[in-house]
Order: sequence, then C-alpha cells, then structure tokens
Amino acid sequence: MQDLSLLFHGFAVVLSPFNVGLMLLGIVLGVIIGVLPGLGAANGIAILLPLTFTMPPTSAIIMLSCIYWGALFGGAIASILFNIPGEPWSVATTFDGYPLAQQGRAGEALTASFTSSFVGAFVAVVMITFLAPIIARFALQFGPPEYFAVYLLTFCSFVGMGKGSPAKILVSMMIGFALSTVGIDIVTGQLRMTFGFTSLLKGFDFLIAVIGLFGIGEILLSMEEGLAFQGAAARINPKVVLETWKKLPRYWMTFIRSTIIGCWMGITPGGATPASFMSYGAAKKFSKDGDRFGTGVLEGVVAPETAAHAAGTSALLPMITLGIPGSPTAAVLLGGLLIWGLQPGPLLFAEKPDFVWGLIASMYLGNVAGLIVVLALVPLFAGILRIPFSIIAPVIVVICGIGAYTVNNSMHDIWFMLGFGVIGYVFKKLNYPLAPLVLALVLGNAAENAFRQAMLMSQGSLGILWSNGLVGSISTLALIMLFWPLISKLLRNVRPARPDKLAEQQPVD
Amino acid sequence: MDDATHRGEEERSVISTRRMELVVAALLFLFGAVFMYQSYELGFRWAVEGPQSGFFPFYVALIICAASLAVLIGALRGKVGKDDESFVARGQLKQVLSVLIPAGVYILGIELIGTYVASVIYIALFMRILGKYSWLKSVAISVVICVLFFFMFEVWFQVPLYKGTWNLTGWTGY
Repeated sequence: MQDLSLLFHGFAVVLSPFNVGLMLLGIVLGVIIGVLPGLGAANGIAILLPLTFTMPPTSAIIMLSCIYWGALFGGAIASILFNIPGEPWSVATTFDGYPLAQQGRAGEALTASFTSSFVGAFVAVVMITFLAPIIARFALQFGPPEYFAVYLLTFCSFVGMGKGSPAKILVSMMIGFALSTVGIDIVTGQLRMTFGFTSLLKGFDFLIAVIGLFGIGEILLSMEEGLAFQGAAARINPKVVLETWKKLPRYWMTFIRSTIIGCWMGITPGGATPASFMSYGAAKKFSKDGDRFGTGVLEGVVAPETAAHAAGTSALLPMITLGIPGSPTAAVLLGGLLIWGLQPGPLLFAEKPDFVWGLIASMYLGNVAGLIVVLALVPLFAGILRIPFSIIAPVIVVICGIGAYTVNNSMHDIWFMLGFGVIGYVFKKLNYPLAPLVLALVLGNAAENAFRQAMLMSQGSLGILWSNGLVGSISTLALIMLFWPLISKLLRNVRPARPDKLAEQQPVD
Repeated sequence: MDDATHRGEEERSVISTRRMELVVAALLFLFGAVFMYQSYELGFRWAVEGPQSGFFPFYVALIICAASLAVLIGALRGKVGKDDESFVARGQLKQVLSVLIPAGVYILGIELIGTYVASVIYIALFMRILGKYSWLKSVAISVVICVLFFFMFEVWFQVPLYKGTWNLTGWTGY
C-alpha cells in the first residue's frame, strides 16, 4: 500500500520535537477552550489562527487540529463536573455525566467519557486514512457542475437534517451567502453590495463572523444567566481508570452504533451536536437499562461522547478531500489552509502529500496524546472553571478583539465582530442556526464560481445539473434533502410518529 | 422600593419572543430587499459573457425575502400562549448591556490608546464594577494578564497588535 507508507512518512514528520511540543501545547490550549463557556472550538481556533502564520503549514495545522481535539475532550469536563456544557455537543453528556458526578463517581464518568471520545475519534481517523485517498482520486474527475452539486447537497442537508424551522435555516444560510458576495466580484471586477463604504471593499471575513457569532454572542448569553458554578470534585487515580476500562468493553454495541452515527453525521454536515443527541437517543432505546438513563448510567456518557468525537473528526474528511467543511470548526481550519496558500481539495493529496499525511498522522497521535493529557490534568482544568466569570468574561472579550484584529490587521474587523456578536445573541435566542451562516460565508465564493462556470458550460440551463449519472444523482439527493421537511410531514400524515422528547432539549447548533 | 417589587421589576419582560420574532423577520426581509435592489442595479440577468454580477446575489436575496416572510407569517399565526414568553427580562437586558456597551467603549479605546492600555483599563474596570473586586486586585490581575499577552503576541509569536492613534506603548520598542 502506497498510502500506508505515506502515512508512516507522516508519522516521521509529526514526531519531531518541535511538532510534538506544539501538539501538547495545542491540546492544553484546546482543553482550556473547551472547558470555558463562551470560547468554543470554532472561535478558539479562529482566534489562535494568526499565531500560526509564522509557522510552517504542517506544524501550524498540527497545532490547530490538536486544539480541536483538546476542545472536544474539554467540553466533557465542564458537562460532567459542573453540569454546564462547555460546547453544544456535550449537552447530551450532562444527562448522565452530572448525576454520576453527584454520586461521587466523577472519576468514572470522566474516564468513560475520555475513553469513548478517544475510541470514536480513532475509528473516524482510520476511516479517513482509507477513504480520503479514494475520495480525493474520485473527486479529481469533478468539474464545475459536480462541485456545485456537492455544494448544493451540503447546504440542502442542513435543511433536511437540521432541527427547527426550515425557513430559519434557509434565512441563516442565505445571509451567509449574501455576506460572501460583499466586496469585489472576482469574475467581473465590479464592486458589489458595498453601499459606498470603503470598509466593505474587502468583504466580510468569515473568521470575524465566527469570533463574533460564537465568541461575543456566547458571552452575552452567559451574562444573562449570571453564571454561578457549583462543581463536583474531580480526582482521577489510576485505579479508577483501570476499573472503568474493565467495565467499558461491555458497551461494545453502543460504541459501534455511536461511531457509525457519528461518522455519518460528521461527513454529511449534520455535525457533532445532533450526532451526540441521536446516539444518546439510540442508546436509550436499545439498552437494557434504557429506563435508568438520565439517573447516572455509564452507557449514557459513552454514547454521546463517542458519537460527538467521531463526528467532529470525520467532519475533516470532506474538508481535506473536497474543500467542503462539515462543521464550523472544520471551516475555520479550511480558512487556515487557504491563508497558508494551500487549496484543500483532491489536488492537495497529489501536490502536498507531506502536508496531508502529516495532518492525518497528527490526528492519530493527537488523540493518543489528548487522552493522556486530559486524564493526567483533569484537576487543573477543573480549577480553571472555578475562576470567577467576572475575570473570565472581560479576558475572553479582549482575546476575541485581539483575534479579530490579527486576522487582517484591520480595526474595522473588531467593530464587525461586535456587530456579529449582537446578531449571534439574537439569532441564538430565536433559534436561528449559526452553523449554516458560517459555512455559507466560507463557501459562498467557491459555490458561486462553480455555479457560474457550470451555467456558462450549459449556456444558462439548469439541466447541466442532471447531465450525467454522477451529477444527476447528487443533485437529486440534494433536492430530496431540501424538501425533506415537507416529505417527512407527508409521511407523518400517513403514519403518525411518536413524539420525540429528547428533541426538545436539543440546542440548535 | 422594597425588595419584592424591585425583583418584580427586574423580571418584567422587555419584549416578548413573539414580538422579537416579528421584528427580526421584518429586518431580515428588509435586508433581503436591499440586496435584491442592489443586485438589480448591478444587473442580475444573463449578458453576452455569461451571468452578470448581480445574478447570484439576486436569487440569494430572493430566498432571504421568501424565507423571512415565511418566518413572519409563522410568528403571526403562532399560538399566543406558547410564544408569548419573554424574550429578555429587564434584569437580563441590563446584564447584557453592561457587557455590550463597555465592549464598544473598549474597542473605541483600542482605536485611540492601543490594544494593551485599553485592555488593562477594560479588564480592571470590569472586575471592579461588575465583579466587585478591590481596586488593588483588579488592577494587579489585569496588568499581569495584559503583560502576558504582550509577551505572547509581540515577543514570542511576533504578531504586532494595534497600538492606537496615540501610541502609549511605543517606549517598549515594539
């Protein structure tokens, strides 16, 4: 296998002392980001992105992806010990994790959660290792119509698989597209939507949107509550870890089921949050102790954590192979690649094998290192949560401001960030999802170009989206996804479905 | 005013979710309409050389208008009892504004006196006023944090931050 030898070469790249150091630094920073409410993986990476501009791209992506793994691990700590989900995908972890902590079994819950995170991510990385080269080779044949169809599918999936009002998902997505058209039209060179403001010439950078929507918006939301932490004590000793590990193989079926759900939801842009809820729901349904879920069952921690990590990791598969991120965080990583002059997509595998395989190798090592770091440093990270919010909040605002400035060294961007913060706050409260907005803003230009080129090829006929079997089936699938809310309504009229209680507690991501 | 009525005042709703829903949907409709008009001016049709600049934004804006109209109608027809919950209570809004307004002033501060000095003042005042810490503690913590940032950005990672119209940190040489 040529790919495997490339992977081992990747390991050699990653294992230089400099890169291992960055990996550990990334994980520690990531866990801190994950633990703190208000600093999520997406905006955390967006803020830290400028720090990596001076590094070689491979080292930079290793550090950034490790921040991502760290954030995925860290979300669970706040959920289990404090009943405050540090990240949206760890909401489902609080259902059984916090009761376990209250019973004095926090160590067990944390070990189970970290281990299942690790398993989910590991399986997803193995999948990426084998599928990525195949998809990349396949995608080399894609032309503009195929790309536009894939974009269409990505965005229609939000409507089909998202929760909440389809109209709101559409509005949010289209605002992203609309904002992406602001500035100079790269095809005709005309200025668009600038309304005479020179500050709009360069358009809206999506990193600014991410920092504002998720960072400032989240701080405003948290301020409403006036956060008061009441945490359980966390101590993990090797004995608890070993005993928990002995119990875990019993849940092999949950592991397999959750990993499959997670990988599927990660590749399609369902994302980690719905994956964790679906997996929790499925585990509750199929488990022998289904009725005891919610009172502190280890299986109830295993299921959402496995799925969230599998989804979070597999979101990177479409990002590196097609240039289409599966989640806002993957979108930020994609933004990073573009800044370093790397065009994600099938050609990346042919042109920069060092980079791609270094990234994949760092996923393996990053997760192993992550597991060890979090198990060893839990008390330290839990301590961070005890820092009062009136210190954390201004510091996060300062960090967001610095992050927004460093993206383009522009003061305008900090003001835009504040504006996006207010939008994020209002949208979140009215259940407009933010992920479609961000992804549309990232992919807007690429999607528009693919659309224009496809339309030029066909002289303006939409028929090109059905011109061959491949593009036709992708487009058809996209339309099914788009109209899924209507289709499922029709189906429900024929056969009434049972009400989904879990869905009501689920946040719109 | 005694404590009970004070609390009642704090919990009184400023705006109902339903009304907020209507306002936001109307604003979004307006946003879509403005974009549609701009696209119309740019030309949204098919020219000799292919689609014009306004082609793509026009349809995007059209969908914004249609979808926000759907949200608007949905909110108008919504059950009054269920959707009449409070969007934000007085006390909550006060908390939110107590972060939002200083954040705006802070950004203005960055423009004028630079990132570091503005950050020291912002964090210290936030801790003092909202966190009720002593002056000494507030200033000490805030200075330590900002010095740490200074070394992290200017010295270690070599990412220069905005120094403001009146550069107050020029003496450091960075």
